[in-house]
Amino acid sequence: MDKCGFFLCTGCGIDDVVDAKKLLGIAKKEGKAAFTVSHPKLCDPQGLQVIRDAMEKEGLDAVVLGACSQREMTSVFKFDGTFVDRVALREFVAWSCGGDDDEDKQMMAEDYVRMGCVRAQKAKKSEPVIMEEVTRAILVVGGGVAGMSAALEAAAAGYDVTLVEKTDALGGLMAGWHKRIPSGGDWSKAQDNDVSTLIEAVKNEPRINVCTATEVASISGAPGQYEVTLRGKSAAQVKIGAIVVAVGGKTYDADKLGELGFGKSANVITSAQLEQMAKEGKLVRPSDGKPIESVAFIQCAGSRDEKHLAYCSVYCCPTTLKQAGYLRQANPKTRTYVLYKDMRCQGLMENYYRQTQSEGTIFIKTQIQQVDASNGMVKVRADDLLSGVELDLEVDVVVLATGVEPLTKEAEILNLTYRLGKELPVRDYGFPNSHFICFPYETQRTGIYAAGIVRQPMDSRAAINDGAGAALKAMQCVEAAAAGVAVHPRSMDITYPDFFLQRCTQCKRCTEECPFGTLDEDEKGTPKPNPTRCRRCGICMGACPERIISFANYSVDMVGSMIKSIEVPDEDEEKPRVLALVCENDALPGLDMAAQLRLKVSPWVRFVPLRCLGSMNLQWVNDALIKGFDGVMLIGCKFGDDYQCHFIKGSELCSVRLEKIQETLTRLMLEPERIKLVQFEMGDAANLPGIINSFVEATEKLGPNPNKGF
Amino acid sequence: MSANNDKCVLVVGGGIGGMSAAIEAAEAGQHAVIVEATPSLGGRVASMHRYFPKLCPPVCGLEINYRRIKSNPKIEVLTDATLTRLEGKAGDYQATVTIQARRVNDRCTACGDCIEPCPVERDDSYNYGIGKTKAIYLPMKLAYPMRFAIDPEACPGSSCGKCLPACKFDAIELDMPTKERTFDVSCVVWATGWKPYDATRIENLGFGKYKNVVTNVMFERLAALDGPNKGKLLRPSDGKEAKRVVFVQCAGSRDEDHLPYCSTVCCTASLKHACYVREAYPDSKVEIFYIDLRVAGTAEDFLARVQADQGVSFNKGKVGQILENPDTGDLTVVAEDIAGTSKTKRVEADLVVLATGLVPELASVQLPLAMTKDEHGFVVSNRPDGLMAVGCARAPSDVVRTVQDATAAAARAMQLGARR
Repeated sequence: MDKCGFFLCTGCGIDDVVDAKKLLGIAKKEGKAAFTVSHPKLCDPQGLQVIRDAMEKEGLDAVVLGACSQREMTSVFKFDGTFVDRVALREFVAWSCGGDDDEDKQMMAEDYVRMGCVRAQKAKKSEPVIMEEVTRAILVVGGGVAGMSAALEAAAAGYDVTLVEKTDALGGLMAGWHKRIPSGGDWSKAQDNDVSTLIEAVKNEPRINVCTATEVASISGAPGQYEVTLRGKSAAQVKIGAIVVAVGGKTYDADKLGELGFGKSANVITSAQLEQMAKEGKLVRPSDGKPIESVAFIQCAGSRDEKHLAYCSVYCCPTTLKQAGYLRQANPKTRTYVLYKDMRCQGLMENYYRQTQSEGTIFIKTQIQQVDASNGMVKVRADDLLSGVELDLEVDVVVLATGVEPLTKEAEILNLTYRLGKELPVRDYGFPNSHFICFPYETQRTGIYAAGIVRQPMDSRAAINDGAGAALKAMQCVEAAAAGVAVHPRSMDITYPDFFLQRCTQCKRCTEECPFGTLDEDEKGTPKPNPTRCRRCGICMGACPERIISFANYSVDMVGSMIKSIEVPDEDEEKPRVLALVCENDALPGLDMAAQLRLKVSPWVRFVPLRCLGSMNLQWVNDALIKGFDGVMLIGCKFGDDYQCHFIKGSELCSVRLEKIQETLTRLMLEPERIKLVQFEMGDAANLPGIINSFVEATEKLGPNPNKGF
Repeated sequence: MSANNDKCVLVVGGGIGGMSAAIEAAEAGQHAVIVEATPSLGGRVASMHRYFPKLCPPVCGLEINYRRIKSNPKIEVLTDATLTRLEGKAGDYQATVTIQARRVNDRCTACGDCIEPCPVERDDSYNYGIGKTKAIYLPMKLAYPMRFAIDPEACPGSSCGKCLPACKFDAIELDMPTKERTFDVSCVVWATGWKPYDATRIENLGFGKYKNVVTNVMFERLAALDGPNKGKLLRPSDGKEAKRVVFVQCAGSRDEDHLPYCSTVCCTASLKHACYVREAYPDSKVEIFYIDLRVAGTAEDFLARVQADQGVSFNKGKVGQILENPDTGDLTVVAEDIAGTSKTKRVEADLVVLATGLVPELASVQLPLAMTKDEHGFVVSNRPDGLMAVGCARAPSDVVRTVQDATAAAARAMQLGARR
């Protein structure tokens, strides 16, 4: 920016620790601020007027506020069209700078002022990337209840939908069920299967183009501008804005359950087979057509079992309650046994469980020993875990309550032409699920959202709701693409990384490291940006060894210059310096929370917030070490299986990059302990100052960085 | 297709469900107003130490949601506010929102200078009554808005006024009036959440009688670093380390005399709590008494992980009684041990945690005529006239399910906005 003003707030205790006049002088002389002023409370109406007056009179295009954290007073310090930066003199200096020496606090404040001014100088005006043509149509892959729900919800909101179903009929798994488990009312009886109503609604909705017996051959492009090729009955090329994947699952292959008698007798069946029998009105013993007088349901057949499906499929327990009802309604004298591990009838479904118990079905917590299905009657031997005795049951039919597997486990569904693979990345057991509790629709492929059983085991009611949620995310992504803004978690961010491709060496690090598969490559390996896939985390910027990836308001040069603007005192002053590059999503609020508690941080530390630790470019660590910083800390989110990084892999990628710093350390004759990455969890905010202070102490023990002053 | 810009989506409740509904709707182009009854957004999850099964801190997601709110001009947040009147029809409602006097205005910078001079204390509601705050207090460390509030029950008002001179920002208005605002609304989302079942009603379990019997929500605060014990698991009676901890599942749940339904979250929550204990003290011993372990879906992995820990034992059986040794504060848990022996089992404990269920906040709230509730207070009507309920207002739900529900509601809000 060309003309920057520096405004110092002296409220909230800042005045107690800084020399305001001196700070303004630094901003003017070193920060090249065109205008400087201090005010006792910048956030109140008079203070704001001071800022606005100066902006107008001086023609400022950038405003740097030495005040509270950038996280606070966000609606107050908003000046449209002007670059605004804040340095947290309140949190970092007034509230948490440790030590007794006022000079140290002043030096810290001065460094933050320098950094703020440099940042403003280096920043350029951000302009959103607006595409000329945005397609708003939604593609839904999968015609089960989740997919149909997604299609109907999007259509009702005014979006055109292409609904692709691989088989020749809509309905998915639900089409095979006789009735539905309760989903409301008094939760005491099964409901009619209304999937046909849903199918009719889809067929009658003019905005939905139903393509049965059709599959996705390929998808290229990005949100707002996908090119989708369909093959099969409705083979076509369609333009699509965003995608819902609701291909569902298949019930676990009972052929693998020979140990439970499947395949050995026609009288050992799966719950899906029982549904079919009930639907056809043929609830008789399969082997000979005799009435069923006794039945044993074996719960968790191939579920919660390391040898088969390790997880619980959620809907099997209520389904068994429903099926016990079918049999007892057909013949009230039928003896119905349910052999279970845990009866999982969550929420109000408990009432259905109680109802089924009161109707005479017997529930026994067991460990199945053997199922002998050699003759007409099926013998089940099990340990009754409650009475401790061995249980021998002889029944007409055994029903195996089998679980469900996501179709994404094996099949090719989307056939994306992405550099990073053809399908949605999957998590445990093949579910392409989000790994964020708070953000169940988070996806690693922007614009593509999973819904229903493919995402997580769930019952039909939940799947219908999930379809609606995924549809919203798809519509939202299209609108964001049209407006040129980012989607979650940097929602509304208009910045986008600029690639100076003339200097690209085709090392491919950016394309490989982007957790969202944003970048494709041309034949030579040059990255091909797709702005609407981008989440603006800056991981590509951190990865690039040529430093050719920059945002208008965030770049390697900018942060590098900020680091260089920090004054590193000579060795004999005995004032070490530690640079802390901190994730602004978790570590920065953690620091603010610690400041709120007035916990003290060593006066030697200087914090620089990053968009994500994944945007850390090694150049910054190099710069800091050469400049004479005694230690460098990187504070980011937890990584590994239970990662908390909002950009999936940012902090982990940072740690991998740091392995390459060894060469620099050797050259500068520095110990590896001078660099430390901390995986921080925001709940531990009160511990953060302690973690930082012990690193500073350890660094001091190493003695000063010998490169100071060179 | 573009959003209807005149009317907003009104979201009642600023917990994880309400925030999600409002943010998702706004990021899809709708105007959204959050009406939160307490002084801060965050809701129940804000007082949780960690989420199951990932054991990650809820503040992490809260911060992102706050940030999404801050960056989106289409969201307005009203705290200390309740929806008091709703008139009109689908797509065209007029809502009246009453804003209680917070007595601290938006000039407050949360500098904290007012704490010291305030002479009055109140029970710390954020910590479920464990510990005290001053009558003027910051609702929590990650409050939104980041402003103090005055508890009208505790503050004597202008007869005291000791906080006034301490505030350099003229932020305290002891005579602040109650305000009303009206909104043109296309639809309303009730994301009013839940409250814990009143454990004093379960007389045999000794809550309220014995200090070392606590509820699961209180246990979250005992474990939290920003809680009353700064994250140390100490028992309330004497501050002794709680190393022998018993969890009583279905405390007042699946019980015709209390809550007949299952609250869905308590089993997995207790597994999480067992982890807190085991992490804090390697020589600790955890016993869990349960009816069924309802840990659905892929959270099964979490159950397997906790079951593999030798320090945690699982007993199928209902706890009949809890006894206290009045001299030591130690507790004896008497339970039927159905599995295996059918005998009574007695377990000594430093601390007993009751896994109490959840009651919908709406149980005691009157809703518009078009909406119906079941006998427990859960909304059963299916979005008549754009009047929707999500999360625990509709059914006992965990966070994931609540956010799914809220996002689905945003889809429906979009249709009502688009229809005009």
